[in-house]
Amino acid sequence: MEQTERRVISVIVMNEASVLSRIAGLFSGRGYNIESLTVAPIPDSKYSRITIVTSGSVRVIEQITKQLHKLIPVLKVYEHADLVEKEMAMVKIPMNESLGDIEALTHAYNGSIVNVGSDTMIVMVTDEPTRIGHFLEAIKRFHPKEIVRSGSVALER
Amino acid sequence: MQISGAQMVIEALIAEEVEVVFGYPGGAIMNVYDEIYKQRSFQHILTRHEQAAVHAAEGYAKASGKVGVAMITSGPGFTNGVTGLADAYMDSIPLVLISGQVPMSLIGTDAFQEIDAVGISRPCTKHNYLVTDAADLPRILKEAFYIARTGRPGPVHVDIPKDVTAQIAKFDYSKEVDLETYKPTTKGNTRQIKKAMEAIANAKRPLLYLGGGVINSNAAELVREFSKMTQIPAVETFMARGTLRYDDPLLISMLGMHGSYAANMAMSETDLVIGLGARFDDRVTGKLSEFAKNAQIIHVDIDPASISKLVNAHFPIVGDVKNVLEQMIPLAKEQVDPLRYTQWHNTIANFNKLHPLSYKEEGDRLKPQWVVERIGQLLGDGANISTDVGQHQMWTAQFYPFTRPRQWVSSGGLGTMGFGFPAALGVKRADMERVSINITGDGSILMNIQELMTAVEFKLPVINVILNNNFLGMVRQWQTLFYDKRHSQTDLSIQPDFVKLADAFGGVGYRVTTKEEFDAALKDAIEKNVVAIIDVAVNRFENVLPMVPAGGSLFNMMLEYKEK
Repeated sequence: MEQTERRVISVIVMNEASVLSRIAGLFSGRGYNIESLTVAPIPDSKYSRITIVTSGSVRVIEQITKQLHKLIPVLKVYEHADLVEKEMAMVKIPMNESLGDIEALTHAYNGSIVNVGSDTMIVMVTDEPTRIGHFLEAIKRFHPKEIVRSGSVALER
Repeated sequence: MQISGAQMVIEALIAEEVEVVFGYPGGAIMNVYDEIYKQRSFQHILTRHEQAAVHAAEGYAKASGKVGVAMITSGPGFTNGVTGLADAYMDSIPLVLISGQVPMSLIGTDAFQEIDAVGISRPCTKHNYLVTDAADLPRILKEAFYIARTGRPGPVHVDIPKDVTAQIAKFDYSKEVDLETYKPTTKGNTRQIKKAMEAIANAKRPLLYLGGGVINSNAAELVREFSKMTQIPAVETFMARGTLRYDDPLLISMLGMHGSYAANMAMSETDLVIGLGARFDDRVTGKLSEFAKNAQIIHVDIDPASISKLVNAHFPIVGDVKNVLEQMIPLAKEQVDPLRYTQWHNTIANFNKLHPLSYKEEGDRLKPQWVVERIGQLLGDGANISTDVGQHQMWTAQFYPFTRPRQWVSSGGLGTMGFGFPAALGVKRADMERVSINITGDGSILMNIQELMTAVEFKLPVINVILNNNFLGMVRQWQTLFYDKRHSQTDLSIQPDFVKLADAFGGVGYRVTTKEEFDAALKDAIEKNVVAIIDVAVNRFENVLPMVPAGGSLFNMMLEYKEK
C-alpha cells in the first residue's frame, strides 16, 4: 500500500449556487476522504475560498487537485506545503465546574470564556488542529455538554 | 431584442448552426416545443424514448464532429436521458442536453414530474446549469456549447424551469464566451515536446498508443503522417478504431482485453509508449503493475487529470493531440531515422504470424466474425458502423476493415446496451450518403427497439444486423469461463419474430441462416432504403478471443477455449 498523508487543499471557486455540491460530490463520487471542509466568501470578490483537509497517497492527492481543477467554476487549487493552519473550537460546559481551572486550561490554548449563562458557559479556542485535539481531550474532565469544531483554515506562509 | 426564454432557446440553436435536435416533448418543456413548431431553421427528430434522443445526438456528434443537441422534459423524461449523458461523459462526446423543469415556484415542493435534475446530472456531465432567470439564458446556452466542444469534449446539461421559458428578457448572443475559471490548455509545452522527441529518437521499440482523443481532435491525418514518416508501429484502443486504415502496415491492431495477441505483446515489449489521447483504461491495460513494464511513457492528453492517473507518465504533455502533433512532426523529420526500427518491425511481424486474429469456420451455423468481415467486404468505406454492447461489439472492433475516423461509433466507457440503434440513426442523419449499419446482439437490440418507429417516420434507413446467438453472449462467455458454465439468466431462447417486428413498424426484416441469404438480405435492405433488421442465426457458443481475463496481464492471453 502507498503511504497516505494528511493534506490541506485550498480551492478558490466562483461564488455561485451548487459549487459546494460539485466539490462534495467529486469527493464522494471518486472515493476521496474529507476530514474537514470550510467555506466562506472572499471579501470584495466574486469568489469563495474552500479549505479542505483530506488524506491519501501522493497519487491520490495529485488526482484530487487535478479533478478539482477540472470543475468549471474552480479558479485555483492550492495544495499547501508550508502553511499556517488554524482551527477553532467552542465547548459548552456546565456552570458547576471550576471556573478558575477552566479559564487556566483555556488560556493555555490561546482561548477564552466567551459566554456565561445561568446554567452553562461557552469557551472558545483557536489553535493548530492537533492542539485543538489536545485541548478537547483535556477539557473532558469538566464534563462538556457540547463541542463544535470549525474545521481548518489555512494560508501559505 | 426582448423575447421569451423559449424563443431564446430557438435563437441560440440557430446561432450555433444546429441543423437537428433529437427530442421528446412533455409538460415542462412545452413552451420551447411551441417555438419549435413555429420555426423552419432546424429539424426536430422525435425519438420514441428520451434515452434514444440522447444516444441519437451522441451518434450524430460522433459522426459529424459537431455538438449534438437533445431536448427532453422534466422528471421521467430527464431521468430516461441520464444514461445518454453518462455515456457521452465517459466517451467525451460533445453534447448539449436541454431539459424542462417545473416552474421556479414549485421547485423543492415534490411537484408533478419534478426531480432534482442538476443534482442527478452533476457527476455525469462536464458541466450543468439550472437557469433561474431568462436574462442568463443567452450566456448559459453559449457557454454550454462552448464547454461541450472545447477542451476534453463532453455533455453539458441545461435545465430550464417552465416559467423561465415564458419569461421575457433581453437576448444578446453576440458576446464572446469568457470564462475566467475555464481555459483549456491546447498547445503542448515546447520543452516537454522536445524532450519527448529525444526519447523517441533514442528508442529501439517505440509504439504509438492511439486513443479516442485522436478522433475527437481530428488528428487522424496527422497521426497517419507521423507514423508513416517515422515508421513507428501503432496500436489503437477501441475508441480510436479508424485512425489508421485497417490495411496500414504500421497498424498492429486493437489492444486490450480483446485486442490482438500482437498488439498486446507489442505493448508488453515496447521501450517507449507514445500515448496520444488515450487514458489507460482498465480494459486496455489489464494488470497495471505489468503494463508496458519495460517502457517509458509519453502521454499527450488535453485532460491533465488523465495524465499519470493510472500509469505514471515520464513525459507528460498537456495539450490537444492535433496541436502537439503539429509541433512534433517538424522535429520528427529532423531527428527520427525511419530505418531504425527494422528489428522491431520483425518482432511484431512474428507476433502477428504466431497468433493472428482469426476464427474457424465450422458447423452449419454462420460464424459471427464472418458476418462482420462480410459487411466489410461488401460495404467497406461506404458504411458507417455503430454497435451495441457485448460480443458482437468486440467482433466488430476486431474484424471490421475501418478506413477512416468517425466511421466507428460505439459505447466504449459506459458500455451501454441499447446505444447502437439510436446512435446509428444520428449517424445516418449526419451522413446520409453512406449506409448506416448497426451491428447488434439479440439482447441489446430490444433495449431501444421502439426506435424502428423513428427510423420509419424520419426516413433514416438504418440496417440493424443482429448477430443472434440466443444468448446474452458476453455474459454467457464469462459464465462459461469463470462460473463453471452456470448460464444464469443469459439464455435468450425465447425471442420475438424479428422479421414480423420490423414489418409491424413499417420496416423490412430478414431471417438469415446462410452466407447466400446474408448477401441477398443486405443487398435487398440497401435497395429498399427503409429501416431493416437482418436477423442472422450465428453459432451459439462462439467466444470472443483472444482474451485477457479481467485483472490479468496483457502478455498472458487466453488464445483459445477448449471444452473441458
